[in-house]
Amino acid sequence: MLRWLIGGGREPQGLAEKSSVQTIGEEQIQNPYTELLVLKGHQDIVRFLVQIDDCRFASAGDDGIIFLWNAQTGEKLYELHGHTHKITAIAPFSSSDVTEEKTDLIITASADRTVIVWDCASGRQVQKVSCFHSTVKCLTVLQRLNVWLSGGSDLCVWNRKLDLLCKTSHLTDAGISALVELPKNCVAAAVGKELIIFRLSASNNGSEEWNILEVKRLVDHQDNISSLVSVNDLTFVTGSHIGELIVWDALDWTKQASECNFWDSSVHPDVQPEIKLSQSPHETSVQHLTSDDECVFAAVGKGIYVYNLQMKRVIACQRTAHDSSVLHIEKLPNRQLISCSEDGSVRIWELRERQQLPAEPVPTGFFNMWGFGRANKQANQAAKKMHENTPVYFLELVGDLIGHSSAVQMFLYFGELGLATCSADHLIILWKDGERESSLRSLTLFKKLAQNGDLQLRL
Amino acid sequence: MISAPDVVAFTREEELEDDLYREPPLPEEYSVPLFPFAGQGANPWAKVAGSKFTRDFILISEFSEQVGPQPLLTIPDDAKVSGTFDLNYFSLRIMSVDYQASFVGHPPGSAYPKLNFVEDSKVVLGDSKEGAFAYVHHLTLYDLEARGFVRPFCMAYISADEHKIMQQFQELSTEFSKASECLKTGNRKAFANELEKKLKDLDYTRTVLHNETEQQKKANDKGYYTTQAIEKANELASVEKSIIEHQDLLRQIRSYPYRKLKDSEFHPYEPECALDRADLGSDQDPAASDPAEPGETPLYAHVPSYTPKLIKAKSAKCFDKKLKTLEELCDVYFFTQTLDQLHHIERTFRGDVCYLLTEQISRALLKQQSVTNFLFEDVSFLDEKPPEKQYRGCQGLGQDAIDEKCSEESLAPKVVISLGSYKSSVECVPIKMEQEMEDSEEPKMSESVMSEHQENLDYLDADIKGSISSGESIEVLGTEKSGSGLTKSESQASLPVMPSPQAGRSKVGSRRTVSEDSIEVLSTCPSESLIPEDFKASYPSAINEEPYVDDDEGGLRFTPRANPGVDDGQDDVSKQESLVQVDAACCIGKESPNFLEPLPELGQKPCEEDGVVRIPPQPYRPAEQGLRGGFPSHDGLSGGLLPYELDSRYLSGSREVSKSSLDECSDSTSYISSAASTCSDRTPSPAHLGSAAGERHRKRAGQNALRFIRQYPFAHPAIYSLLSGRTLVVLGEDEAMVKKLVTALSIFVPNCGAYAKPVKHWVTSALHLVDFQKWKLIGLQRAVSPAGVNVLHALSRYSRYLSVLDADSKTLRCPLYKGTVVARLADHRTQIKRGSTYYMHVQSILTQLCSKAFLFTFCHHLHLPISEREPEESVVSRRMNFLKLQLGLANEDIKIVQYLAELLKLHYIQEPGQGGNPLLRFDYVPSFLYKI
Repeated sequence: MLRWLIGGGREPQGLAEKSSVQTIGEEQIQNPYTELLVLKGHQDIVRFLVQIDDCRFASAGDDGIIFLWNAQTGEKLYELHGHTHKITAIAPFSSSDVTEEKTDLIITASADRTVIVWDCASGRQVQKVSCFHSTVKCLTVLQRLNVWLSGGSDLCVWNRKLDLLCKTSHLTDAGISALVELPKNCVAAAVGKELIIFRLSASNNGSEEWNILEVKRLVDHQDNISSLVSVNDLTFVTGSHIGELIVWDALDWTKQASECNFWDSSVHPDVQPEIKLSQSPHETSVQHLTSDDECVFAAVGKGIYVYNLQMKRVIACQRTAHDSSVLHIEKLPNRQLISCSEDGSVRIWELRERQQLPAEPVPTGFFNMWGFGRANKQANQAAKKMHENTPVYFLELVGDLIGHSSAVQMFLYFGELGLATCSADHLIILWKDGERESSLRSLTLFKKLAQNGDLQLRL
Repeated sequence: MISAPDVVAFTREEELEDDLYREPPLPEEYSVPLFPFAGQGANPWAKVAGSKFTRDFILISEFSEQVGPQPLLTIPDDAKVSGTFDLNYFSLRIMSVDYQASFVGHPPGSAYPKLNFVEDSKVVLGDSKEGAFAYVHHLTLYDLEARGFVRPFCMAYISADEHKIMQQFQELSTEFSKASECLKTGNRKAFANELEKKLKDLDYTRTVLHNETEQQKKANDKGYYTTQAIEKANELASVEKSIIEHQDLLRQIRSYPYRKLKDSEFHPYEPECALDRADLGSDQDPAASDPAEPGETPLYAHVPSYTPKLIKAKSAKCFDKKLKTLEELCDVYFFTQTLDQLHHIERTFRGDVCYLLTEQISRALLKQQSVTNFLFEDVSFLDEKPPEKQYRGCQGLGQDAIDEKCSEESLAPKVVISLGSYKSSVECVPIKMEQEMEDSEEPKMSESVMSEHQENLDYLDADIKGSISSGESIEVLGTEKSGSGLTKSESQASLPVMPSPQAGRSKVGSRRTVSEDSIEVLSTCPSESLIPEDFKASYPSAINEEPYVDDDEGGLRFTPRANPGVDDGQDDVSKQESLVQVDAACCIGKESPNFLEPLPELGQKPCEEDGVVRIPPQPYRPAEQGLRGGFPSHDGLSGGLLPYELDSRYLSGSREVSKSSLDECSDSTSYISSAASTCSDRTPSPAHLGSAAGERHRKRAGQNALRFIRQYPFAHPAIYSLLSGRTLVVLGEDEAMVKKLVTALSIFVPNCGAYAKPVKHWVTSALHLVDFQKWKLIGLQRAVSPAGVNVLHALSRYSRYLSVLDADSKTLRCPLYKGTVVARLADHRTQIKRGSTYYMHVQSILTQLCSKAFLFTFCHHLHLPISEREPEESVVSRRMNFLKLQLGLANEDIKIVQYLAELLKLHYIQEPGQGGNPLLRFDYVPSFLYKI
């Protein structure tokens, strides 16, 4: 178990005062989003965005309505009504059946204790299940097995036709807060402070009989598990409300690495008092985790931390990336990271790497960059020795998107189509690359000209 | 509006011109003595002689069979307007030129009285003594009690400016025809009702008489008839005859719409008419409004609760009875509609003729810019009945009659001017055409359009001189009318095939007569070609000596009839009337797309955008006939622009005439120069067919904008923000002040679609992102309340999308501007003093920008690679090169054009059905704070 020393340190170089949020000026050369479309429709907080295919996505929220949108044009495709309460979980479920035509379904769970399966092509309700004893809080599709799981106070396994295959006994009143698929037909469910591993087994005689068995209970977390993410086939990561991050082996469910309270400033005497005061438990909560092959990106309180799985340490961080809690982060292919927050902004970060020159003239700057506190000389020295020739990473703010007037709940990255963000202000905003849109419009224009016959090429 | 600033001398500022811009008075020694006649608001071009009325007005007169010509009402209904002008006298004048006999009675060989469905006549006359010129529209209404069942009326547009009447002849004619049609429709309805009542009366009378006769027969067994009995029998017989006559009349009046329908070439006019009427009176009964509607008849059918009266054998003496008023004659509803229409006409044609013409040119040009006009123009008014509408009719007609025209074309050789255009008048009044004169003129006329103008002007000149020297106080300057619907069609039918022995006469008549009010024909023939013609014809010598038009003259048959009703008024004038036919070739040339090809003559004077005068269209030349076959494709190519093209051409050409008219005539008489002046009106000109409110708004906006650019040194970046699509928020405590600024700046805001400008004058709540999508200029309240804090917070939050103009502290926070376009647009040292002038200046520069944006948008290779392998970078560099080098744009000006181009694209690709998502484009550029 490696204790990360940087938690209480200062922000990397280039940031403003440590207590304030880094800001970027109005000039944002690297920010490609110069055009936006506001999608109106929801009447309450929009909490979920889920991608259906390359150019469609669904949004859902507290108004119980699901909207399907075209991500390119912003056109509202369907408005799905069926739930009477807010939506608590949504998952896309596209059929993998080769024989059938590809159908895109989405499954939604609501606080009205129903789950509805919708057909995205027709915008119609395919089926509705309302035999739940509690609200389903999470939905997971196991594409491999062609089944889906619903997690509430118990865990149920369903097939495509919405037949209940099997279910666990009542687990907890609070319900399962997160589910993640693990190899070997296993799933990990976060139930309060515990992490329960279930194994799913079809009965041997090949009939449609399924069984779900609790395999292991992991009780390493001190507080409720708030996020759960699978990194790869070998690893998954959990984060808890008090800022514990544990890296698990996905096969034998052992703890590979963990850090408890690593962002708790109280460990580090050098931290400024005002920061201590502001460090409420809420601010250390691991709100969201995402990962690529090398790193886990954690949204912890207002900050963003990059944890390298190989090095088993935080390689870069932004302690106050936003004015308030970061709700969602995502890694883009191009080393960029997007985060959204309760403060209503979306920020684009780039994980930059700088080879540290041995002859760095100002040690403090070096340390600052590393995120180490100036006063902690010993630690600094140790760290310096340890990582002298390793690349230095830092998160550079390359742009921010300001549009929502309230907390940005989630976003969805559509590659070159842009970025969809949803917010508590009932809006969804599609952020687009203005240059690209402009040339697309030119293309459309000339197509239309040709259609209308207005385009006479005279040679 | 596309207006060159050089016409602004004719724009009139409102009285409340800002004192701020009054120049300090000059020292006495430098001041130039004022124009001697300068009174309040006088302009130096004002006619010295002056007329007795203060502004143009519309007069409705009747030729009463009891008291003779009498004025009925004026519009505007204000004694001040007509002033000391003698309406009675003028009524006499205008009524007396109605040569048209609307004969009703027993025509020879007809058993029953026959209703003539008489076409209106349109005459221009001038009264130099009174300084009044009038467009006179004669119409007849039916009245059962009137002599010959008809009551002649006329509506006259009276103006002190002869040129206004002349140049707006077509428009006046169109508008008045609508009014007339409205009156007549109501009148037919009322007349039918009256006839029915009368029939019931007669029926009742017959029954009574019959009973009495029977009783007498019974009571009388002497075997012979008493005188009483004979009298009764005679009475009965006459009643029966009367019944038959009235039934016939009823049948005739009812069949009128059908008759109209039967005419195959009839429809171009009617639907339009119905349409217009529909705008005019929204709740109008559609059936009643449309005379072509067969369903109308039932309306005439029943007047349920009518108690028949006994009709005395002897009708009352003519002078005993009280004639029906116009209102009674036409049904109150239609009467009101007509009055509305007349008020509309009065408003429309208010103001100086130059102004009207400029307005028309602007509109015509604007309509052509179908792709870009939405950006800075108020296109909503383009949807109103535009003047081009006339062409629609004629085009449709042209399509139908194209073959006919072709044949006609080949028969009627290249002639520009021909006489005898007024067929209908031909039917009523003997006309003498002066053959020699015509012949001598024709070659000249056909030489070129240009020379034609000259010629025309010569006539004009000559005519005017002649009329002055003749001492006649009335000249018939132009007449235009078409024949009665009944007789006309026959003559028409024969027209196209009729070989024309005289080159000069051509057969427009075929189309002219189609419409009741000759609208189509008028519109196909530019009025300029009409009017000088008319001048020529009204040349005193041209009237009496002219021989009758021969019968082989293309079916122009005369049915000389004296109209007993209007004889007295007509006798003296009939000599002066001249009826001139417009060359068919003109119409055809105009309709023909061939006309679009730059003809050599026309090429010599390429469209002068400041043109004011009309050009008579180039005569159709046989050499071009080969092209005619290509007509449909050609038409397809030019698409919907055709009418505008024509219109603009015709408008732009017209400047030639007026210019040359001034040149040529300047030495001839003072009269012409004064007539060509801008005097006619002392009232402000509203937009032509546009709303006066819009006009006022423009002036105010221009005025405020002028003040803004003078007061605020940072006007340029503010305007740049607007032009580049960055929302500008005007923040202030004082609502009036903020709104003023918003109004001022609104003229720089490009439109995002064909809707209202994206301008919000006053907002008190915090702004959201959605607002920036919707509004590009917002007036925002600064308040000290907690809500006000929120408002300010939102402003700073969204600062990247906004430029903020603080009206209280006079600061501006917005991106830097280093371009040149805005400097031209808003030069704080500008010499322009008037709001409307400045507005025009702005419009002209914005139009330039639009044209650049158009070029940029629609150049294919600027946006798409020429070959597939071409990298995106080279396209981008080509694009930037084009903007910088070809369009000569510097720095931020590029952004303006790019933004406009984006709007153009969006507008073009937007499907008509869907509104399209409003999108917000923005840049990440730093803002700066400007202070005074």
